[in-house]
This record gives sequence, C-alpha cells and structure tokens, in this order.
Amino acid sequence: MTLIKTGVPSRNELMTVTPSRERLEKGPVVIVECFQEIPCNPCETACKQGAIVVPNMNDIPRVDHELCNGCSLCISKCPGLAVFVVDETYSSSEALVKIPYELLPLPQEGDTVTALDREGEAIGEARVLKVQDRKQQDRTAVISLAVAKDFSMKVRNIKTRG
Amino acid sequence: MRIASHPVVQFSRDKKIKFYFEGKELEGYEGETIAAALHSAGIKDYHYSPRLNRPRGFFCAIGNCSSCLMEVDGVSNVRVCTEKLIEGMKVQRQQGKGILKP
Amino acid sequence: MKKREIAVIGGGPAGLMAALYASRMGAAVTLLERHYNPGGQLVKQTHKFFGSQKQYAATRGIDIPQNLLKEIEQQEVEILLDTNVLGYYPDDGVIGYEKDEKFHTLKPDRLIVATGATENVLPFTNNDLPGIYGAGAVQTLMNEYGIVPGKKALMVGAGNIGLIISYQLMQAGVEVEGIIVRGPIIRGYGVHAAKVRRMGVPINTCCTVKSAHGSTCLEKVTTINLTENRETIPGTEREIHVDLLCIATGLSPLTELLWQAGCQMEYVAELGGHVSLRDKNMRTSQESIFVAGDASGIEEASMAMVEGMLAGLCAAKDLGYDDGRFKELYNDAIMQLSELRSGSDSEKVRKGLKECTLKEVTS
Repeated sequence: MTLIKTGVPSRNELMTVTPSRERLEKGPVVIVECFQEIPCNPCETACKQGAIVVPNMNDIPRVDHELCNGCSLCISKCPGLAVFVVDETYSSSEALVKIPYELLPLPQEGDTVTALDREGEAIGEARVLKVQDRKQQDRTAVISLAVAKDFSMKVRNIKTRG
Repeated sequence: MRIASHPVVQFSRDKKIKFYFEGKELEGYEGETIAAALHSAGIKDYHYSPRLNRPRGFFCAIGNCSSCLMEVDGVSNVRVCTEKLIEGMKVQRQQGKGILKP
Repeated sequence: MKKREIAVIGGGPAGLMAALYASRMGAAVTLLERHYNPGGQLVKQTHKFFGSQKQYAATRGIDIPQNLLKEIEQQEVEILLDTNVLGYYPDDGVIGYEKDEKFHTLKPDRLIVATGATENVLPFTNNDLPGIYGAGAVQTLMNEYGIVPGKKALMVGAGNIGLIISYQLMQAGVEVEGIIVRGPIIRGYGVHAAKVRRMGVPINTCCTVKSAHGSTCLEKVTTINLTENRETIPGTEREIHVDLLCIATGLSPLTELLWQAGCQMEYVAELGGHVSLRDKNMRTSQESIFVAGDASGIEEASMAMVEGMLAGLCAAKDLGYDDGRFKELYNDAIMQLSELRSGSDSEKVRKGLKECTLKEVTS
C-alpha cells in the first residue's frame, strides 16, 4: 500500500528518505517525507547548509544528510508539513523527534502527550521538551519530543491530553 | 457556534450588532454576512423550495448557487451568503420563489 | 458611460496580479470585485502555499491579498468592491455592473476576465439538505467568518481541496469522521493526505455517498462502496452520523461573461469544463479580451497569479504601455508557468491546454 492509495507512505517509500544508521548515530538530522513531483521548493530556500536541493521546482527534494546539521529551520517552512528532525543521540534510551504542529492548544514544555504514528494510532507517550513558536515560523510551531528510541522513525504527530 | 481560538486566524469581532430573525432578536458582528450570523445562531434552513417544500440552505458561500435565498427587510431572493449584516435587519425564511415587489 | 483603458473582472489572485502588472506598465486600470473583501479564494486559504518564492511559496494564502493590495495602492488602480458585473454587451464592448444598488456601464479598451470558479455539486438522494455544503464554502465560514460549520463532518473528495479543508476543519475544532473518494487513488498531494492520516482521519477510496438524511438539516449520510469501475456494490452501505457533509468533487470555471462576449469556447474535461480558447498570452479569440486564473481552467493559485501577471502585461502592451521591463517580465511569466506545469503532477493540465490553446491572436 502506497502513499497515493492510503495517504500513508509505504516502508519502501520511507526508505528512500531515511538517513543511514551511521548518520542517525551522529546527531540531529532532517527527514523530508516528500515523495511526489509537485511544484514546490521552500525547503531548499530555507536550508542554510545547502543540504536540501530541488534543482527543478518539480523535483522531489534531494537531501544530503551529511551536510545537514539538524538546525530545523526547514520544518516550519514546508507547506506540506512533511519535514521532521530526528536526533538518536539524545540519550541512551530516548530519541528526540521534532514535528511541525498547527493545532490548539499547543502543549507546554514538560507535558506528557500521546505519541501518534503516521496512521494516527497511539503508540505510547512522548515528553514535550520544547515548543518553538517564533514569528518567523509564521504560526507553524515546532515541537521537540522525547520518545522511546524504537519509535524515532514512527512518531510523527501527538495528541495533547486534557 | 463561533470559533473561540484558532491556530492561524484572529477574528476581528469588534462591534456586536442586533438583527431580527422571524421576530426574534439575534446578535451578529459588523462586517460579517447574514449567513454567518445565522449559522452562529444554529439556523441552517433558509428557505423552502417552491414545489416540494424542501428545506434549503447554504451551499457555495460566494453568491453563485442561489441555495441561500431569504427575505431580508421585505426584499425576496437575497443571497444571504454574500449580503452584509446591517444593524436592525429583519430576516425571514422565504417560502418558494418569494414575491418581487414593483 | 465610463471609459477605461483596462478593466479587470475579479479580485482574486489572478485579477489582483493582472491589475498590478497592467498598472505597473502604465495603463489606467479598474478592478471590479463582487465581494467587499478582495482576494477571491485567498481570503480563506489559511495554509502555506506551494510553488516557489516568486509565487509566494511558504506564505499563507490569507496574507497574500494584503501584500498585493499594498503594491497595487502604489499604482493608479481604481478598485471597485461590492460590485457585481452583470453582463457584457458584445456589440458595444460594454460591461454592465451593479454597485450601491445602481446600474452602471463601463467601456474598457481591454478586458481581463478573472472570475474564478464554482464548486461542483454531487448528485445523490437528498443532496439539497442544509448541512451539505461545498468544501470551499465550509472554508469560508470557518476561516473568513470564524464560524464552526458543524460538529462532525464527512468529506467527499480527496483532491487538494478535500484534504486541506479536512485539516482545516480539525484546526477549527470539528471532528472529521473520514474522507471518502470515488476512485482508487488519492488525487491530492501526498503530503496533504499524510497530514490528515496522522491526525487519525481515515481515507476510504472506492466509496461514494448514496444518500443523505435529516428533517430540516443533515443528520446522517449513507455511503456505499464502488468497484474500480465506479459501480456500486450492494450490501456495502454504511451509515455515518454527521451534521456536515463537505463536497469537494471539483471546480468548474465561471465563464458566463466569456460566453456573452462571443469568445470561442471548448469543453475541456482536464480543465474542469467549458473554457475559452486562448493563446499563450492569455488572449481569447476576441482580440480585446483576456482570461486568467481558474476562469481559464482549474489549477492552483500559483498558476492563477502568473496567468494574471501575463494577461496584465499583455493587455497593457497592446495599448502601447511598457515601463521598459515588459520583455523581461513577460519572459519571466512564461518561464514560471512552464516550470510550474512541468512536473508529472501537471500532466492532466498540459493535455487540457493542448485542446484550447490558439496560435497567437494578434492585436
């Protein structure tokens, strides 16, 4: 089952955008979950490291994970909310996952929230480490979550509690 | 029902204005359409079709489809989806095609 | 009788850009817009746009009209809001319009029709019940007027409009029970679909509405599954209790004025219905009439903006106006359109355009 049939990228599709295990173990890195040729390139415009390149605006973004330093500027720029940053070096048991978020109420730092996968299914808890909502993000907040390391490639949304 | 807080838009609800729906006093805000004010009061059926008396309401929101016609201040066939709400307006459900006054 | 060099009908993305660029070249422009809030569909597009920087990528649609209007204010553009264009009289080249409950006429040297599109209706039993709205209409209620359109919604259609508005319904606090699609695939952008799926909204392909139910307003909907050949499968009916049904099954260009003007029209399914033939400069078969935006064929806002820019530039050039940058801006607009439409995503539009593009209609 693929993205255009279900709205959920398949494992094969995800493999095309996932950084190498080696790179993931070095520090924060971007994962651009964008799989179609659509006319769009704000991710390229946002990246100061030149790590995201969209040669023709209809190309699928090409990411050089080695050039990416995980700065996360691109997360709030993607109109499709398809950009995430994962840091598997956060701790021995947890990974840090940064997601774009445009719902109210925004969670508070320190909150425990329900972690959701790409199908909106609850797969455990996440701790909210940071909520960034600066003016230049233009109302797309970026939430940093601590999740169980096993779920670093699964958690892509949250549900706030209460 | 009105959206209390929204992650992207801030709604300017500066001035409350009164209007009348079938004799009942309701409230809306300056700058909105009659349809928006009716919707916030939970009123969705605007007129009844000429032959089969079927309830009709909002559909396109931009004045194209003629589904939202009502009688406003005695004038029939007013497209409430685009007509601005004015203080003191008298709005009624319309039966069928309404009456065109000379 | 009022005379004007260029009249632009429609103050949406295409019309605003047409007025801006025509006036930048030096022409005297009047923009006629029926709503009291200019911006067309932009006034309710709370999401960030795609495209590239030139087409305001990563800017929220709602913020674009004020940017364009600020630029337009620096030019000599007469903007008539709350103004309904009622007809075009081809024998005299005159537009009739209503403003402040009075009838007026205007004779422009060049006309740019940027009247946008309207939402399609879906035929099914009781499809006229209050509570069954065009998806764009729901967007207007929520994002322009801050009204919650219902408590529980079902979305019909998974093109970009159906997907984006499902997301926006949730931003407004409405529960979205699901998105149903007639065909076997999701036609909208994958990223939009992914967004709503991870919010827990199911997308059911090969499914459509069989009937709606309610006394004065919608109370529930019966859906039915389809084969890949769009035949209903008896016994697969499902009842869903919702008070809001959003129809996002496509748009049709609003072309009444072009018909009245005697422009050559063609039915092009890929562009949403009847459209006027036009050359690459957006000039119709009527020498003094240009078309831009969704009125010329259904696409995204980015294409509408560039088409408006192109029509504005060319209409002004016709009248001898060029501030020295015409050639550079014209080439840029042509290149932007070509770039925007070069992906596999635009294959349908490219095919449609082949059926309605004239060789250059010279003035």
